[in-house]
Order: sequence, then C-alpha cells, then structure tokens
Amino acid sequence: MRIVKQLAGLGSFCWGMFFLLCSNAGMAQTATLKPSIERGKTVYVQRCMVCHQQDGGGVPHLNPPLDAATAVKGKDKNKLISILLKGMSDRVEIDGEYYSNNMASHADLSDQQIADVLNYIRNNWSNKVPTPVTPAEVKSVRAKTK
Amino acid sequence: MLRFSVLLLAGCLLASNSQANDTLQNRKSAGILPDADNAGLKLPAGFSALKVAENVGWARHLVVNSQGDVYVKLSGKVGDKGIVVLRDLNNDGRTEEITGFGNYGGTGIAIHNGYLYASSDEEVFRYKLNAKGVVETPYQPEKIITGLINRRQHESKSITLDKNGNIYVNIGAYSNSCQVKDRQPGSLGMNPCPILDSAGGIWQFKSDVLNQTYGNGVRFATGLRNVVGLDWNNQTNSLFVTQHGRDQLNTLFPQFYDTTTNANLPAETMYEMKQGDNAGWPYVYFDPFQNKKMLAPEYGGDGKTEGSAAYKNPAMAFPAHMAPNALLFYTGSMFPEKYKNGAFIAFHGSWNRAPLPQEGYYVAFVPFENGKPTGKWEIFANGFAGVDVITSTRAAQHRPCGLAQGPDGSLYVSDDNKGTIYRILFNGN
Repeated sequence: MRIVKQLAGLGSFCWGMFFLLCSNAGMAQTATLKPSIERGKTVYVQRCMVCHQQDGGGVPHLNPPLDAATAVKGKDKNKLISILLKGMSDRVEIDGEYYSNNMASHADLSDQQIADVLNYIRNNWSNKVPTPVTPAEVKSVRAKTK
Repeated sequence: MLRFSVLLLAGCLLASNSQANDTLQNRKSAGILPDADNAGLKLPAGFSALKVAENVGWARHLVVNSQGDVYVKLSGKVGDKGIVVLRDLNNDGRTEEITGFGNYGGTGIAIHNGYLYASSDEEVFRYKLNAKGVVETPYQPEKIITGLINRRQHESKSITLDKNGNIYVNIGAYSNSCQVKDRQPGSLGMNPCPILDSAGGIWQFKSDVLNQTYGNGVRFATGLRNVVGLDWNNQTNSLFVTQHGRDQLNTLFPQFYDTTTNANLPAETMYEMKQGDNAGWPYVYFDPFQNKKMLAPEYGGDGKTEGSAAYKNPAMAFPAHMAPNALLFYTGSMFPEKYKNGAFIAFHGSWNRAPLPQEGYYVAFVPFENGKPTGKWEIFANGFAGVDVITSTRAAQHRPCGLAQGPDGSLYVSDDNKGTIYRILFNGN
C-alpha cells in the first residue's frame, strides 16, 4: 500500500510538472491539439476520406485537395467551420481550380467532432497549423448559421 | 496563327476513297516506330504504342480525321483554345504542329458526314470539314444545340451520331442519387426524381438543325446517372452507353454498407439503350455479385432488397467506381479479327473505393459476337497510372479518358491528367 501511495504521490508530482509546463501557451495548445487530432482522424475516415482521399489529395476536377490547401491552412477558421456546417455546392475557384462535386452539410456532427476533424486536416499530410480549432468556436459559428 | 491549308499531305487527296485511303494509311503507319518502352503501356503480344503528343491540356474525347490529324476536346481551355489539332508533318506518327480553336471547354467530339461536332458543357457546335477532312473556318461554327443543364456535377456532354441524321447527347444527373440533400448521410431520395425531366439520360436531336434545345429534342433513354462513354454501334444499328454508377453507399447509409461493400458496389454498367428504355437510376443500382438490380437505400433499400424488374438490364457489368469515360466499337482492319466490332472502354480510374486501393486506369476490351457482348472482358492497355498500387487518385500519372480509331485502324487514347495522346498499333502476325 505504501508503494502505491508513493507512486500516487509521484503521479501527482508529474501532473503538477505537466501543468507547470503547460502554462507555456504552445504547450497548452499541443496538449489539447494532440488528442483532438487523434479523435478527428476517426471522423475523417468515416465522413471525408472517400472524397478527399487518404492522402488529402482529393480527386482532380471533382473533389478539392485538403493537403496544402490555402483555406485549410489559413487563419480563417470560421470559414472552414462554416463549410463543414453548410456544405458546399457553389462553383468556387479553389487555389486556381474548379471542382464539380457537391459537399454535403455535416452539421449533424457535434461541436467537438467538427473541431476535431478540422484539427486533423490542419495537422496532417504537409499541413501544420498549431492554432487549434475549439468547440467553442464551432458553437459560435453554428449559432450564426441558419 | 492557324495554318490549316498549307500543311496538307498530297496523298490525302485520296481521302474520299476509303479503300485507297486505308491502303495509304497502312503504308504510312508501317513506317511508324513505336516508343522503345511502348509509351509506358502494357499491351497484348503483337501490339505496340507511341506517344503522339504530351501536355496538350486536359484531353477529354478525341477524333482522328481521314488524313490522320487528331482533334482533341479539352475540358479546360489552353489559352483561348478548347479544341487542339495535332498534326504529323513528317509521317513519324508524332506531332510536329499543334494548332487550335473553339473558345470553350468540354468533353464531346465526333466526325460525321463531313462535319466535326464538339460540345461544351451546355451546347453542341459543328464545323464543316473540307474534302481533306480539315476544319477550314474554325471561328464560324454552327450552334446545333443550346441551353442544356450544367449544374457542375456530371456536367460533360458526350456525343455520338447515328446514320439517320440524329445526334445523341448525354445529360448527366446533377446529383449522386437524387437525395433531397445531395450526398447528405441518411437523406432520402426524391420520388419521383425531378432531375430526370431534364437530365439523367440521353437526349436525341437532329444533327443538322440549328439552335435546338429541350423542346426540339427527344428524351431517348432515361435512368442513366452519368454516361461519359457512348457510341453508335453500326453493326446492331443501336446506341450503347457506359454509365458511372452511384457513389458513397457506406458514407450515406453506414447501417447497410461498409467500406468493402462500398468499394465493390455498384457495378459500372454498359447498356444497349433503345428509344424509351429506362436503366433505373436513382431507384436501383446493379449488384454484379447477386446479378440483380437492387433497391437504392435512398428509396428504402438495404443492400438485400431487389428493385423493380421493369428497368433495363445491363449488357455488361464491370467492377465498381472505375469510371468508364469512353466507349468505342472497333471497326478497323489493323487489329486481329477478334477485335472487330468489339468494344474498347477507357476506364478513367476510381476514387470512391477509398480506403481500399483504387481500380481502373486502363483500357479494357469487350469481345462482341452477333452484336452482343460475350460476357467476358479483358484489360487491353494498362500502365497509364505509372504506379502499381493507387491509394489516392492523384498518385496516377495518366488517366485514360477518350478513345478514337485512326484511318489506318490504330487506336488513340487520350489522358486528361497530363495531356498525353497515345497511339496503339498492331504489328504482330
């Protein structure tokens, strides 16, 4: 029992150190981002991969790539959240190309799931965006989306 | 500057006589050396290949005139040219001169009765050919058909012509499965599907009447989601089409389908469509394992329930999602006898099989006997992708999209990824 208590104590000490380190903003983001990316992969495989492909490369002329895409890597998180909530069926130029297929709305996903899948696509393949998308941001955009 | 008149070969004065032309062309192609690596293609014994041209643009369908000039329809314009003309000036089979015209992107192109026909995603034009098979007035086309629906999805308008003055135009459905919300998980199908009034079928128009639109045409065949490959079979005197089957069974209805069933369903299908025929999209899809038309999940299906037997059965079924983008009945005399009157199909290659490896990216051959497919098909030309396993569509270097028969009987294949034009020859015994 004593050993267990000692271990538990050690555990608390580690957690303390962990939170201490996490007071650094970057670390805090990494700490929330990593599990979010992991969860986001599950959403991606189920909802997105069939069109945007395993390597995020999309399909020429049909489904736009996510890998190295300006909008995916960009600062406008609200725009990305909005695309997931509303889908996309307009003729829009994306990085110099046009794509034919419609994207459905994924508004049935939770705020957390949408944040997770966006964190996954923003931090997979060649994409590396350390600023996470949060469920609160999704909630805020959802409230403004009819 | 376009130079259409000064570059003609004297021998092509014989073009009006097909027998003499054939002889001439055979003599011409006899001197053509294939590429040392057969243009990177894997072909049956006795066949060889060369690259006629590279980087011509997004090369969709193509056609070869009586003197061997290749007209290629581009889906995106290069400069202001949506049609490029490839000309071999020194009889080596390769292109020395590229010109162009046609200020619109599109897919369809055909030569018939002294005219070149070409389509944008909304209209069909034709250009008079001179006695040498050359478009002399590329900037004065006649507009044959106008006002066809283009709502981004399945927008290409493939064309073919019969011997009775009719042109057939595919108008693809601007939807995957006519759901209330396109590609929305769980969204049910509209019933009846309103898209079928103006799309999701083949329309017939007159090949020589100007400015026709829906009211002037006939909905010749319906229930076809998106046909990119179609050809008039002169032996059966009937229309054959290849349909792109529906996508995303498992993402839309995960309670009935998993990634493996989605990768393998539904079949890509070839139909012989007579006037009034209905292939059943969006209500049914063809399951090649059960050999049945199944009720689509948007209309109450569950992967096990059969759909109405009233819809047309396919003449031939192929693996799912391979995207048959061109169909060509071979009528030449260069290839061995077994190919005569059989069908070549250019499979653009799949994307909807993910996460399973993608399939297609080759030209297949379907033998025909007495106007019917024998039931077996084979890969004819492979290796376009340049990689053995394609996990993502963008890994494929080249994607077969169009097919054409040269006056000598060689087979031309276009690639709309890198814009390579291939020519396949037979020089075995």
